[in-house]
Amino acid sequence: MSTPMLSYTNLNTPVHRLTGVTKLVFFMVWALTAMIIYDTRCLLVMLVLGLVIFGMARVPFQQYSFVLYLILVFFLLNQVAIFLFSPLYGVELYGSQHDIVHIAGRYTLTWEQLFYQFNVALKYAVVIPIALLFLLVTDPSEFASSLNRIGVSYKIAYSVAIALRYIPDVQQDFQNIAFSAQARGIDISRKEKIGKRLKNVISILMPLILTSVERIEKISTAMELRGFGRKNKRTWYKSRPFQTGDYVALTLVILVAVVSFAVTFADGSRFYNIFE
Amino acid sequence: MAKTNGLSVKTIVAIGIGSALFIILGRFGSIPTGIPNTNIETTYALLALFALLYGPVAGLLIGLIGHTLKDAIFYGQPWFSWVIASAVVGLLIGLMTRRIAIHDGEFGKGGILRFNIAQILANIIAWIVVAPVLDILIYSEPANKVFTQGIVAAISNIITVAILGTLLAIAYSKTRTKRGSLSREA
Repeated sequence: MSTPMLSYTNLNTPVHRLTGVTKLVFFMVWALTAMIIYDTRCLLVMLVLGLVIFGMARVPFQQYSFVLYLILVFFLLNQVAIFLFSPLYGVELYGSQHDIVHIAGRYTLTWEQLFYQFNVALKYAVVIPIALLFLLVTDPSEFASSLNRIGVSYKIAYSVAIALRYIPDVQQDFQNIAFSAQARGIDISRKEKIGKRLKNVISILMPLILTSVERIEKISTAMELRGFGRKNKRTWYKSRPFQTGDYVALTLVILVAVVSFAVTFADGSRFYNIFE
Repeated sequence: MAKTNGLSVKTIVAIGIGSALFIILGRFGSIPTGIPNTNIETTYALLALFALLYGPVAGLLIGLIGHTLKDAIFYGQPWFSWVIASAVVGLLIGLMTRRIAIHDGEFGKGGILRFNIAQILANIIAWIVVAPVLDILIYSEPANKVFTQGIVAAISNIITVAILGTLLAIAYSKTRTKRGSLSREA
């Protein structure tokens, strides 16, 4: 059960050299912009820009290829679901109807619907390279310090750091418990019937959660003994000063956001209408 | 216990470990039901339990951090409307179960009932109101699609928490020593 997951690799590229704060702010502003705007032109520009930046980081393909398949499957399912539930949603949004072909019943393929679904696809596609990149080039320990630097309380930043630190441990626990349960004939795979499987899950969850509760006690006692949380501020081993690259990256993302919002809302609507 | 500003150390650690558990169970602990795209998400039983044990702030942040990291690490992109819905589930269950003294081993019929009313309300609000409305606002998806998804998610999560969550909470309460369980020997 060695499930691949996205993880940090240290390379020396201009993208890797940025500070954690820059990476975090870049990702957040980028994702927010892509979430809000629906303007095809801006989204296309952002997609190209995102891919160029992704290329600059020279992350090996095997590091993230598995995620691309998952994203693609999810993508297609979502697109099909949108069409099945609302085949004429695009017509409603853009206020005109240009039929391509009538399929059956209420299902008519229209240019408006195609254009709307293309935009939905584009919205996801724009975030993917930057989101992947953020995960692939950010050192987890630096991530916590950057959360703190952008104003998140250091205690919550520390929670995030603990979460990242303990994912492999919890996964190991889960595997050990699941394997020893299987050795006793407790199966949670598809081979078992659904009712039985649910019952079997309990016998795996129970020890996992009870050991985790114990672990929480242990870690919090250790942290308390070391005086964690006494002061309002703390310093971070992994925090670095800003360099030229950071200013360039931040200026770029702010520029992208401002221009996108200006272009998108210039005509008072989130949507770019090519049918008028 | 040392005086801390705001969150207690235990809550901070619980948020961290709880998020790690949420991520692992979210990835490995979902059981396919046979209906496409509808899984029994055991991770929500965990979220409900941790909200009950460690309170509303922990519930909120485990939902938020756990769901964001899970989506990010395994799927490459957080789906923010559902991330926020998870956070709402944790917050609401935590708020509504504050008076259950599970740490003192008290989780009888009344506690079970209150816990389940809380989780049903929280799931309905999060999946039938918050998630679809955010889907429409953020991603501008068709209303009937997102509400159908929301209703399916609400039902399956309510059932999961009602069975798994309740059993886990009972098991936990049995590991605690009841208040007043000691008696003075004559």
